[in-house]
Amino acid sequence: MAGGIKKFVVGAFDDEKVLFPAVKNVRKAGYKIHDVYTPFPIHGLDHAMGIRETSLHTAGFIYAITGTTTALGCISWILTKDWPLNIGGKPHFSLPAWIPITFELTVLFSAVGMVLTFCYLCQLSPFVKKHHFHPRATDDLFIMAIECTDKTNDAEVQNFLQNAGAKEINVQVAETGWWIGTYDKEQKLYADEKGY
Amino acid sequence: MSLLKYESQQREPLVDGNKDYHQVTEDIISPIEMKPSRLWYIGFYVSVALLLFGVYSVYREVTYGIGQWNLNKTIGWGWDITNFVWWVGIGHAGTLISAILLLFRQGWRTGVNRAAEAMTIFAVMCAGQSPIWHMGRVWMAFFVLPYPNSRGPLWVNFNSPLLWDVFAISTYFTVSLLFWYSGLLPDLATVRDRAKTKLRKKLYGIASFGWTGSTKHWQRHESLSLVLAGLSTPLVLSVHTIVSFDFATSVIPGWHTTIFPPYFVAGAIFSGFAMVQTLLIVVRKVMNLQDYITLGHIEAMNKVIVLTGSIVGCAYLTELFIAWYGQNPYEWYAFSQNRANLFSPYGWSYWLMMFCNVVSPQLFWSRKLRRNITVTFFMSIVVNIGMWYERFVIIVTSTYRDFLPSSWSTYYSPSIYEIGFYLGTFGLFFTCFFLFAKYFPVIAVAEIKSILKTSGENYKMKMTDIEKADAEKFYIEEVGHAHAH
Repeated sequence: MAGGIKKFVVGAFDDEKVLFPAVKNVRKAGYKIHDVYTPFPIHGLDHAMGIRETSLHTAGFIYAITGTTTALGCISWILTKDWPLNIGGKPHFSLPAWIPITFELTVLFSAVGMVLTFCYLCQLSPFVKKHHFHPRATDDLFIMAIECTDKTNDAEVQNFLQNAGAKEINVQVAETGWWIGTYDKEQKLYADEKGY
Repeated sequence: MSLLKYESQQREPLVDGNKDYHQVTEDIISPIEMKPSRLWYIGFYVSVALLLFGVYSVYREVTYGIGQWNLNKTIGWGWDITNFVWWVGIGHAGTLISAILLLFRQGWRTGVNRAAEAMTIFAVMCAGQSPIWHMGRVWMAFFVLPYPNSRGPLWVNFNSPLLWDVFAISTYFTVSLLFWYSGLLPDLATVRDRAKTKLRKKLYGIASFGWTGSTKHWQRHESLSLVLAGLSTPLVLSVHTIVSFDFATSVIPGWHTTIFPPYFVAGAIFSGFAMVQTLLIVVRKVMNLQDYITLGHIEAMNKVIVLTGSIVGCAYLTELFIAWYGQNPYEWYAFSQNRANLFSPYGWSYWLMMFCNVVSPQLFWSRKLRRNITVTFFMSIVVNIGMWYERFVIIVTSTYRDFLPSSWSTYYSPSIYEIGFYLGTFGLFFTCFFLFAKYFPVIAVAEIKSILKTSGENYKMKMTDIEKADAEKFYIEEVGHAHAH
């Protein structure tokens, strides 16, 4: 899946204390932050960038109640309709004995569903390759990628980032989607493919 | 914002030494980029040898039947179910550390959670095998799955604790695996981005799912971890509760007690932490991670051990008291004769259990001993022996004298293949752990980085200076004179 080829001005920061005001100023100046890549979760950065809250936990809740109803539905159908077993003359509908399995399936559905949803939303999967703006984004640098449009003067943006405290600044042309591929192969842009 | 969070100077640092973000990556990831040491190879080969003996023992058991084990009609659950409960118990510490301590906002979990979660997964793999091989005709193991079948359809019995176990253990394994692996993704991406060789780039690239570190991804990742922690917390409590139901819902004297669920859960945490100590004391030494798994971490875990050990002790005394107070002659016989009587055939195991689980952890009331590596390592092994004997006592001393004295069996001792199966699970556990330590970051790199500026030693020292300067300023401005020291 190609995310489209775009030009980015990329700035690398080495301190969160510098990054936060930089994010604020870049947004105030009207530039569009494509994304900020960080080696660990920085609390509050999503708010500073104006990203909305995730609703992943809501999905988790929906999966959980799906699990609950699946367990209760299946067990009660099996033990009261399909094959009612007489266990010491006890009622066929014996809810207390079904609580453990109902609970386990609730947790199982929720956890599996949430992880799959997480992978889908973030487009994460084995054999997927993405463009990385900086190899140290997973080590010790905070990488801000600013998207350039036709009107953007990238020298101006570079200057802006310089003043904001970026340690390294460069301009990259990149596709932001993902490819089927492995990390030992050179990245091949869709633009270079025949017939693009 | 992590850097604005203030941590009291009274707390000792969680990361020692003068570290910055890059140094953290370097320290934790470089051991897995180097050739393993001689010690690693020796340990790995010994584990594989044990595993192979286990495979052979299981082969004998599957081919010739369960008679290869010295189980009999009276003692139907011998070593294998003892091992099952023991391994499940050990598998509780990982999720406890990563889930419950996450909800309680315990910063020290970041140093130990990754290895503890891995340990959980390997321990549950060992545990799950015991009931499966115990089935005897193991090729029919799929009968435990509820699916529309051509046998009626004859469904599984959803009212049976043994089926609850199937659901509990498989759910626990799946959820722990997801929790562990989703936490590993960012760290595997760090390994990928540092990789020099093509093969490493390729394999870690596949393993890291194309993780980039995008802010939106981190936001979802945080939400995922939090909800998985919230789900795992009741899950971890439910699993050993359900394991205890295997016993507690029966009518066997010594098993038929309502105290079992909390008592088993406390015991599970107790033995799990002991196993974490055993592994991490070796890992921090061999992989040179003393700065990340500090004495503070070890002390914190020892505090959990003394707490849960004492809970287990209370439970032992409570069930003894209730056995007497309940005035059920069979129950009281099981406790007073089969267990507490030192001179009965298995009385020794009861007192060994009492000593290892209740008396010995009391050493950890002393801060000096809690922070002593040698004592901790020794104690972690004592506790694990004690907890193995707890399950042995519960299973064997309750069954060897059943309601019919003519079928009393006082001669149970395991066969070589029964022991071989147990050794095989050790082989599997340590083989997996050695491979984990070689190919995966044993400490959660990203999580350490996120606490570094609040809990790292060098940052805390800087904070002390700022605090002092501020206090001086406050005195000069507000009180009007310098604060006299």
